[in-house]
Amino acid sequence: MHELGIVFYIIRDVKKAAQENGVEHVNTVVMNIGEVSTVVPEYLTDCWRWAADKEDVLRGCELRCNILPAVTVCNACGKEYPTVEYGRTCPHCGSEDTVLLRGNEVEIKEIEV
Amino acid sequence: MDDVKIIEIKKSIFEDNDKDADALRGELKRKGVYLLNLMSSPGSGKTTTLIQTINRIKDKIRVAVMEADIDSDVDAVKIKEATGIPSIQLHTGGMCHLDAEMTRQGLDNVDLADVDLVILENVGNLVCPAEFDTGSCRNAMILSVPEGHDKPLKYPLMFSICDVVVINKMDVLPYFDFDLEKCKEYIHMRNPKAQVISICAKTGEGVDAFANWLLNEVNNWKN
Ligand SMILES: Nc1nc2c(ncn2[C@@H]2O[C@H](COP(=O)(O)OP(=O)(O)OP(=O)(O)O)[C@@H](O)[C@H]2O)c(=O)[nH]1
Ligand SMILES: [Mg+2]
Ligand SMILES: [Zn+2]
Repeated sequence: MHELGIVFYIIRDVKKAAQENGVEHVNTVVMNIGEVSTVVPEYLTDCWRWAADKEDVLRGCELRCNILPAVTVCNACGKEYPTVEYGRTCPHCGSEDTVLLRGNEVEIKEIEV
Repeated sequence: MDDVKIIEIKKSIFEDNDKDADALRGELKRKGVYLLNLMSSPGSGKTTTLIQTINRIKDKIRVAVMEADIDSDVDAVKIKEATGIPSIQLHTGGMCHLDAEMTRQGLDNVDLADVDLVILENVGNLVCPAEFDTGSCRNAMILSVPEGHDKPLKYPLMFSICDVVVINKMDVLPYFDFDLEKCKEYIHMRNPKAQVISICAKTGEGVDAFANWLLNEVNNWKN
């Protein structure tokens, strides 16, 4: 359900971009999806197929997802580490005072027309 | 033929919504209307808590409620019957959350010149509503005892965006291994500034604290 909602936002933004660039048909939409963004790429592409085919500019258009790794930085020791493996606790010093640097993205990278 | 051209977009899908939400907040500030976004899992007690809260404040300020659900209007009817204040039902059309545009459409059905506070009961869900700013002045959430004290660890984003966390169904504490102190500790790990208020919406115990927080918020917003 979450993914279907996201798909509607993608369609809205892509249609807008297509219109602004005078594009009649979009072949591919490339997404950047962060590892910890809560979006499941497989669900996203399933929902995409269903919803995109209802739009003339997007009929048959492929949705490709680049997965971006999540990285957290530790405020205590300043080191960075992979979020998915260690979560909120810094593996270098054990501190809980950590901030997600990246990995939360749900963005449209580019479209191929 | 078939020349492929790539158009770079590099745009977060939340960007437009964030802008819409800021615009809506600005408008509400000018009109002196306070919007509270209330979130929780399904069945944590949002509607019950609202009824208790509204009956404590409706003589002091003018309140309206917007109930967001995927389907049905039972909550809107319940609120109207139990409190007598205007309540409208929004259908999300299958969406798991409300965004700023849907919130604005809902507000179009409320006479904003005639209210001080609008409470939005968001769709029951601890994930999606946290990602979409509705344009509300503050976010509040309810966690009920049967859900367990580990929820702040499992749904960190939701807890990190809420100014108030209401712990509901305190009456059933003896039947669950819910650890209130641990729960507060986990909430503050994710959000040091969050206020935690324990209540029993069924009996009304503790609801005064939430009602007073809300009254205070509305008064500050209007000044
Ligand atoms: N024991 C107990 N039950 C409660 C309490 N508060 C609410 N309930 C019950 O919990 C159930 C769900 O309450 P609602 O207020 O409808 O919950 P909700 O969050 O609005 O539910 P949805 O809108 O469906 O997501 C109802 O049967 C309530 O009577 C409480 O403090 N104690
Ligand atoms: Mg309800
Ligand atoms: Zn560290």
